[in-house]
Amino acid sequence: MSASQLSTSAPTAAPAPRPVIVCDRLTRRFGDFVAVDAISFAVAPGEIFGFLGANGAGKTTAMRMLCGLLAPTDGAATVAGFDVRHQPELIKQHIGYMSQKFSLYEDLTVRENIRFYGGVYGLRGAAIREKTTALLGRLGLEAERNTLVGSLPLGWKQKLAFSVALLHDPAVIFLDEPTGGVDPITRRQFWDLLYEAAARGVTIFITTHYLDEAEYCDRVSIMVDGKIEALDTPAALKQQFGAATMNDVFLHLARRAKNVD
Amino acid sequence: MPAVELTGISKSYGPTRAVQGVSLAVEAGELFGLIGPDGAGKTTLFRILATLLLADAGTATVAGYDVVRDFRAIRNVVGYMPGKFSLYQDLTVQENLEFFAAVFRTTVRENYALVAEIYEQLAPFKNRRAGALSGGMKQKLALCCALIHKPDVLLLDEPTTGVDAVSRQEFWQMLGRLKARGITIVVSTPYMDEAALCERVALLQAGQVLRLDTPEALRQSYPWPLLAVRAAHMHPLLQDLRAYPDTHSCYAFGEAAHLSLTHATPDAPAHLAAYLTARGHAAVDVRPVPATIEDTFMDLLQTHQAAPTPQP
Repeated sequence: MSASQLSTSAPTAAPAPRPVIVCDRLTRRFGDFVAVDAISFAVAPGEIFGFLGANGAGKTTAMRMLCGLLAPTDGAATVAGFDVRHQPELIKQHIGYMSQKFSLYEDLTVRENIRFYGGVYGLRGAAIREKTTALLGRLGLEAERNTLVGSLPLGWKQKLAFSVALLHDPAVIFLDEPTGGVDPITRRQFWDLLYEAAARGVTIFITTHYLDEAEYCDRVSIMVDGKIEALDTPAALKQQFGAATMNDVFLHLARRAKNVD
Repeated sequence: MPAVELTGISKSYGPTRAVQGVSLAVEAGELFGLIGPDGAGKTTLFRILATLLLADAGTATVAGYDVVRDFRAIRNVVGYMPGKFSLYQDLTVQENLEFFAAVFRTTVRENYALVAEIYEQLAPFKNRRAGALSGGMKQKLALCCALIHKPDVLLLDEPTTGVDAVSRQEFWQMLGRLKARGITIVVSTPYMDEAALCERVALLQAGQVLRLDTPEALRQSYPWPLLAVRAAHMHPLLQDLRAYPDTHSCYAFGEAAHLSLTHATPDAPAHLAAYLTARGHAAVDVRPVPATIEDTFMDLLQTHQAAPTPQP
């Protein structure tokens, strides 16, 4: 965390909390190919952590391991206190996940989607009703509660998918290119939701191809050929590579890649 | 004669008005951008130009041919790369390219010079099935297949969506070289930084052209005094800037926030810096900044959305 804390918004200084994500030489091989090569890092509660890399750098494989969907070949990782190798089912119950291909059902209404996912995450009827009301209010979607999700504008779907992925109050949410395809105002509105969730203590783990969004993260890692080549705050990375923008930092590092498309 | 001309084109899908009265002309040899989010009407315009979809109203020509009357002629002079990967997944890289050449009654050898630079990057994978290629390679193969019959006009529907920054940069360098060969290129993108690489762009929203001009003119047309504001933490910075009395609009812009003011005053930067420091912000930096295309687009969107638009 940077030394310059903002007095008006930062919580009072406390001992460093336990990280929500810890990777220790996490590795995944497919045959001879090393997709993820001994990556190590830790992500703090409430941190917005940008997970960047070129296509083919190993981001998706790393993320699948952290979500309990793929066992590591070597090394270890814990997410929300659970071990990815031995407790993948517990991890799935304690994380949120949203990808560019939404998890929402287009031919169910807004309310039906919320109820469905509440059930999947093990919430009971009363809790689901309460959360539905709160969620619709926060997103300003009360009037659309009985609208089919398929007929909502893309930006609303993204906000709804994000909120549904947080229904069960997970410690961490994984976002895989969540903001593709929307207009620049809607994209920024989505980031307001991320900031609000992070301020409530939710850890945000996000991949994106929009490099201006890398600037909004607390810290950013950049993967090249399965390894983490850089990890720091955006300001420190720009200084380290003598770059004006995160775009320049990314181009500088990703051009060295051998596993190019 | 324009290479592409649309006059009053409209298209609805049931109650959804996908394109509403779009008129524009693209000059021969121009690199022209259609810029807008999903649902702006970009794909519908491409499908009309590629003679795959009939407009409800209006007329359109490509290379002087009418999209309805002369559709067969257009298919010979247009290269179309759809936004969704549309090659044969179970044919290899080489088989796909040969297939598209054969369909257009030509051979890979005859027009190889045009695709050589791109195809050489794919050569190590030429026996791989297209379905097993990575995103960046699929995109390069699709461009080769759209070029193999030596089209006069290239229609590229979001070729760089979901592609990383390095591949995007390489792709735009390729477009520059194709343009140098005299090919007219109409390309759509949701990335505002790519709009700056076009000679002219049309900013689209909800099926309408909000504005059409050169990137420079779009930047110049931004109507508000604009400041770049930096402080240690973006989210509280945005919240305090939105509460500032002279604020017209405020958006995060990479490491800075872009703040437009309702009126210009010479001491605005100093005044604002004092306001932010008083609210506990550290490392405050305020300076005037020229508008980008994205600033202009967002201002147009805001104006556009402020007016009530009838929803079907």
